[in-house]
Amino acid sequence: MSVQVEISERNKVYGRSPLLTDAVMHYCPGCSHGTIHKLVAEVIDEMGLQDNTVGVSPVGCAVFAYNYIDIDWIQAAHGRACAVATAVKRLNPERMVFTYQGDGDLSAIGTAETIHACNRGENIVVVYVNNAIYGMTGGQMAPTTLLGMKTATSPHGREAAIHGYPYKIAEMVAVLDGVCYVTRQSVQSPAAVRKTKKALRQAFENAMAGRGLSFVEVVSSCNSGWKMSPVDANRWMEENMFPFYRLGDVKVVTPTAI
Amino acid sequence: MEDIKLIKGNEAVALGAIRGGCDGYFGYPITPQSEVLETLMELRPWETTGMVVLQAESEVASINMVYGGAACGKRVMTSSSSPGVSLMTEGISYLAGAELPCLIVNVQRGGPGLGTIQPSQSDYFQAVKGGGHGDYHMIVLAPASVQEMYDHVFDGFDLAFRYRVPVMMLADGIIGQMMEKVVMTRQRPRWTAEEIAEMSDSWATTGKHSGRERNVATSLELDSQVMEQRNERLQARYRQIEEREVRFEEHGMDDAEYVMVAFGSSARIASETMEMARRDGMKVGLLRPVTLWPFPSKRIAELAAAGVKGILVPELNAGQMVEDVRLAVQGGSDKKIPVWHYGRLGGMVYSPDDIYSELKRRSDECAG
Repeated sequence: MSVQVEISERNKVYGRSPLLTDAVMHYCPGCSHGTIHKLVAEVIDEMGLQDNTVGVSPVGCAVFAYNYIDIDWIQAAHGRACAVATAVKRLNPERMVFTYQGDGDLSAIGTAETIHACNRGENIVVVYVNNAIYGMTGGQMAPTTLLGMKTATSPHGREAAIHGYPYKIAEMVAVLDGVCYVTRQSVQSPAAVRKTKKALRQAFENAMAGRGLSFVEVVSSCNSGWKMSPVDANRWMEENMFPFYRLGDVKVVTPTAI
Repeated sequence: MEDIKLIKGNEAVALGAIRGGCDGYFGYPITPQSEVLETLMELRPWETTGMVVLQAESEVASINMVYGGAACGKRVMTSSSSPGVSLMTEGISYLAGAELPCLIVNVQRGGPGLGTIQPSQSDYFQAVKGGGHGDYHMIVLAPASVQEMYDHVFDGFDLAFRYRVPVMMLADGIIGQMMEKVVMTRQRPRWTAEEIAEMSDSWATTGKHSGRERNVATSLELDSQVMEQRNERLQARYRQIEEREVRFEEHGMDDAEYVMVAFGSSARIASETMEMARRDGMKVGLLRPVTLWPFPSKRIAELAAAGVKGILVPELNAGQMVEDVRLAVQGGSDKKIPVWHYGRLGGMVYSPDDIYSELKRRSDECAG
């Protein structure tokens, strides 16, 4: 039995976001950034915000985010994205402003800027991609690196006595009054991708409605840094990262409660 | 009727910001410049001109807020004092690299380290040689009066946008804290979104519209050949600034046998020295660089070539601007004339008498 499929606009159920550029992504095969970029682009496009959005890219693997999503971008110094975004939003309150940062950028060198933007309740979105390692510089230990995890700067595995403990900055910012939404998601499966997109959409809507800062953590794999195949890295993430970085909403302040 | 106020230098910066059509000020308290932020918070300009004022969590955050605002084509500024400016140098390098205009005010205090809260001019090198990493310059304005602390806000923004470079106003604790009369100019309106679009659509991150490619504010370029081209573009602009924007003031230069070169508060003190010397019949002139970068090297070389016997450089540091004066003399004149430094350190300030004694000692050496 053969099924005739009519290829037409009418039957189109999915397509590439028009906001994704034709540039070939520099990310390693298996990296989560490409998927998360796609979701951010889709949300901006679906909300009709292309001409009204400024993205702030970090230092780290996502530094070149500006090559892939066709909006205006500011490339921030290492860790300072939330300070940069604060000024952009304060000076242009009608604009959609988001940062896109990794765990080294946001939760190590940028801890102060992140926490204070959260505490001030800036009406921005922070997209926080946590793969528990410094990717761009070649796989060094991050504050988020799990105990026992081997990296270039913890070659014998992270030991609490030497390196301290991994920490959950999402839970830390959730206690701040300026933050309206904190969620932790992932993109290793179609279902997870859909949930992350929904979370991003919620966050962007919060920012446009002036509800305070929304913080979307995406627990991700770095198969190159972790020295695994993409499939193994995703499995390792599910078995080791998720028990520590638990998925789901950490804080939701409903609009009526504000 | 003229609008004249008796105010502190730091207050003049705040008023200059509001009157000058500044869009945003981002700062952090530090002595001796906290009155800038305090005055702005007192005056609440967001209710009048719409100017944003924000107390940041650090100088690091302040300068990166300036970076974000500047990227949007807005007139934005910060102010601090020496240790705080050291914290800002990373951000200043990024601003220079991304070719973004802004104003940074340094009301200097003595260092190194936490140093003292007393006035100093020991951040000259940091200001005029770049300060942060990479080959870059800021235009550096050195106010010598409260009026100039007001006026240099306007000038600073104009220069910053003319060349898309960060501009520093290098003041010190004396001028920041002292009170003088200031003639206030009329309110200059903030730019509208349309004006910003008209002026800065080729680079400002105002939201990508269908009429142009996306704008990206960045200092990053991994292809070294392209990075070299970016650097060359910056250097070409710096040469243009050196050609066009040197500013200085001269007094008593027509018959001067000895010249003092001094900036900021030192120039105020040295002008008193000049009058004392002239009363005694000593022919002394004073050159006050208003721009420290670009430096009035050509004029100094002319003076050396014209037969000045010696140049004294009083500055509140261990000898910084004196190096640029020596370079100017050596590079621009065949005549070898002595260039002397005279300084006090760590927040101590010389009197006109102190400078005069040094001038007499040096001129006697010359004569002897």
